Amino acid sequence: MTPSELQVRVRDRGGTAVVDLHGEINRSGDERLAQAYRDATRNGARTVVLNFEHTEYINSTGIALIVGLLAQARAQKVQISACGLSEHYREIFEITRLADFITIADSEDGAVGGADGSNDD
Amino acid sequence: MTALTRSFLRKLSRSRGQVADGDVDGAAAAPADPLPDRAAVEIAPNDPLLAYFQDANEAVDVDGLELDSPALRELKAAGVRLAVPLVSQGELIGVLSLGPRLSEQDYSSDDRKLLDSLAGQAAPALRVGQLVREQQAEAATRQRYEQELEIARLIQQNFLPKELPDLDGWRIGAFYRPAREVGGDFYDVIPLPDGRVGFVVGDVTDKGVPAALVMSATRTILRASATRLVEPGQVLEAVNEHLCPDMPEKMFVTCLYGVLDPATGLLRFANAGHDVPYVKTAGGVLELRARGMPLGLLAGMAYEEKEMVLAPGDSALLHSDGIVEAHTPARDMYGFPRLKETVGRRPQDEDLIAFVLADLEAFTGPDAEQEDDITMLTLERIAPAGAAAEGGDDHQIGLLTEFELPSEAGNERLAIAGVERAVASLALSTARLERLKTAVGEATMNAIEHGNENVAERPVHVRVLHSDGRLRVQVADMGETRELPERETPDIEAKLAGLQKPRGWGLFLIDSMVDETRVTSDARGHTLELILHLEGEPDDAE
Repeated sequence: MTPSELQVRVRDRGGTAVVDLHGEINRSGDERLAQAYRDATRNGARTVVLNFEHTEYINSTGIALIVGLLAQARAQKVQISACGLSEHYREIFEITRLADFITIADSEDGAVGGADGSNDD
Repeated sequence: MTALTRSFLRKLSRSRGQVADGDVDGAAAAPADPLPDRAAVEIAPNDPLLAYFQDANEAVDVDGLELDSPALRELKAAGVRLAVPLVSQGELIGVLSLGPRLSEQDYSSDDRKLLDSLAGQAAPALRVGQLVREQQAEAATRQRYEQELEIARLIQQNFLPKELPDLDGWRIGAFYRPAREVGGDFYDVIPLPDGRVGFVVGDVTDKGVPAALVMSATRTILRASATRLVEPGQVLEAVNEHLCPDMPEKMFVTCLYGVLDPATGLLRFANAGHDVPYVKTAGGVLELRARGMPLGLLAGMAYEEKEMVLAPGDSALLHSDGIVEAHTPARDMYGFPRLKETVGRRPQDEDLIAFVLADLEAFTGPDAEQEDDITMLTLERIAPAGAAAEGGDDHQIGLLTEFELPSEAGNERLAIAGVERAVASLALSTARLERLKTAVGEATMNAIEHGNENVAERPVHVRVLHSDGRLRVQVADMGETRELPERETPDIEAKLAGLQKPRGWGLFLIDSMVDETRVTSDARGHTLELILHLEGEPDDAE
């Protein structure tokens, strides 16, 4: 099996940056994810939405990357939201308590639209 | 012609243009003296006399000839007066050598004419005679060779098992096809005490009768040792000890010996330098590797013993190098990777042996002559007819699958895929299956990185068992005495505040994903067991 490496795309949606995460999130995606965050916040976006809709697999090293990104964002007062998480990874975000610090939306629109407030479910 | 004293004929070997000792009697026999009977003269290929005779076209006065030629000196010394070259189709095939006339007069021109005409007729006749002899000799050699091959074939086939065992829950297959020049391949199936069965595939270096004889000796010793010793490493050790003293030089035997317990699927094996067998499992194709030198080379060798459990649906192929060393007409070799891939690709309902043979023929082309013996022995554990058959807990060991993975980054995905296939019959809910997959992935990553320190050759061993309402996934590393990483409960607030590293979620996730975990350690390493309680298959409600 060839691991499908993380592919990242950053989009701007009216001041909110959406980061599409394709493939696997594990330690090998470190640099790409960090670069995506820099690109996303370069123009002063205050909210970054991580879109997991096309994410196949997240392992513990991937969770660590997200924690690292979250720590950086919090230091810079940037809000992190998530959308497109499968039931399973939503559960993992809850177990790890990432969900306490990342706003999880059902859809990208919900994440972008609710960027200014809580849109939990 | 009785006046002629004696004739010597030199037979020339056509192929090398050398003069061989004449074994063809002269055209004329005469009284014994004065020339001695043994005065056979060799004419070396570079001797100028050879060219001279070849072009002479008539009887040559030896005395009057001046050439820097060792053969000429010898002829003179032997008292030869007249030499009559026998030339057929421009090639010197012999020389009629005559001593002095008994009357002591010189040879007359009539004598010479007679001799020339005799030579003109004798030469082609002699040539025909030579050709017939050469052909007869060749035919005799060929016949001897064919007989030898037939003997080798007979020995070989006589020592192959006449029938294969009928084992409940197993399909055992065998195939043997000798090359035209019979090689030293063999296989054997040996019934052992307590229902176990020994399986052998071997190959003697060399071909023909010598290989067949060594093969029969090996097989006999192996059979005797197998029933006495049972453990495959010990058996090969004993066979090696017996073979070493009497082994012909430059010969040895490669041999794989495995002992199967049909009841549990446990296959213990040792390998004396033979081609590595392949096992198709739910988690991919495994190689049954075990270290050991070929038999008959060096006394005092030890043979590593390994084991694996063949789960229902698994199939093992033991084979000889006749497959992997087959070539295309362009000399491309079939090779191990292609055989491994073919074993993995074979649909469950197709015969493994036929499938491999078909692929081999597709590779070499249908008319290729088989270069070496081809031998296959297959052990297939029959998968239960339907998924439901696996659900019931019976006396079986309940092994759903077992496989090994090289310790390379990313291979946890293979472990996940293998386990997912193995538990398909249990119909777990999506949520439970996803949790199990995450736990398996994390456990495998731990084994790869911490236990085996990313050393690819130290495999991660995965077993999936189902019995007594428990699904157990065992992930074993080869970390030996290495201590397990300390368990620290990850605290996201501490991590966000930089008080803990962002990493360290693996074991926490594993604990959260399954009902129970258990760690055991032995001399080889650690095993992390992930346990799901299946009774009633509760809903996913927290």
